[in-house]
Amino acid sequence: MHEMGIAMQVVEIAAASIPEHLKGSRVQGVYLKIGKLSSVVPDSLRFCFDIVSKDSAIAGATLYIEEIPVTARCKSCDHHWTIDGPAFSCPRCGSATIVLTSGQELDIASIEIEEKPIGDQETV
Amino acid sequence: MEIKVVRKVLDVNNTIAEQNRKLFADKNVFVLNVMSSPGSGKTTMLGKTIGRLMPEIRTAVIVGDVSTTNDADRLAKTGAPVVQVNTDAFGGDCHLAAHVIAKAAENFDLAEVDLLIVENVGNLVCPAEFDIGEDAKIVVLSVTEGEDKPLKYPLMFRVCDAAVLNKIDLLPHLDYDKNEAVRNIVQIHPGIPVFEISACTEAGMEPWVIWLKEKVKEKHV
Repeated sequence: MHEMGIAMQVVEIAAASIPEHLKGSRVQGVYLKIGKLSSVVPDSLRFCFDIVSKDSAIAGATLYIEEIPVTARCKSCDHHWTIDGPAFSCPRCGSATIVLTSGQELDIASIEIEEKPIGDQETV
Repeated sequence: MEIKVVRKVLDVNNTIAEQNRKLFADKNVFVLNVMSSPGSGKTTMLGKTIGRLMPEIRTAVIVGDVSTTNDADRLAKTGAPVVQVNTDAFGGDCHLAAHVIAKAAENFDLAEVDLLIVENVGNLVCPAEFDIGEDAKIVVLSVTEGEDKPLKYPLMFRVCDAAVLNKIDLLPHLDYDKNEAVRNIVQIHPGIPVFEISACTEAGMEPWVIWLKEKVKEKHV
């Protein structure tokens, strides 16, 4: 529901991440990691990203979303597992004291920048 | 060429939330973020709660809604200072973000406040994602909603410190399995306290109010 706001943040962070000496180069891709427990809908985010990025320093970039599964570790028996249903207790010992080890991410991992052809580089 | 970024998309919000948290800690204010679906009865529940807290616990309220000041008007009757935030001024947002809380909190003399209640926008999705610098989060749901709400909105029930199940006075008239609802909440968040109340008749209010008072006092020690 708040994908437009998220998209605006993504574009802002991505644009600010272009190194000084590569300013003006085309950003080809923005790579996100989104945990499956986060409340972001990837399709809506892509839709908003295309609108927001159009008139920005990263115009034309494609948004790549890696969905991260929800994983947990049991504090009692140290069992690690992937949670794929709405149950948050340890399947091995039944303990409820678990730590979520992934699944809540909403991170920008990297951006892909087009390297300028040699002929385009400024002569010193 | 790949440029590593590794930043949280909500960095800006999280930074302001931490500033809020520091401000509230300095002023000894306990902040409660109250979230729910629309129509769960959270404004009535908060009105009755504040009635039982004041004057012992000096309470202030920030009310978030997409539009109207109806909820603020209702809560102002408790005597607590109330600030209404209409998120349409911020783009019709579906949640309250940390910067909105920072701005709204400027309206209070925080030295005179023990508990700041933030009534978030009615929505079980987005508010769960946004840290506002609170000390505790609670979710209010009612027995006129589906028993499977917790399963549909797991993040909300994971991040909350307590759940309030409201409108239990209506149970005799409904085909609602309260035990299943509680089972679903606990399945998502084992160990979470669940308070079964009726804000209307005030049944079950006491354990919930005691829980909240203890939380507030813990911060003041």
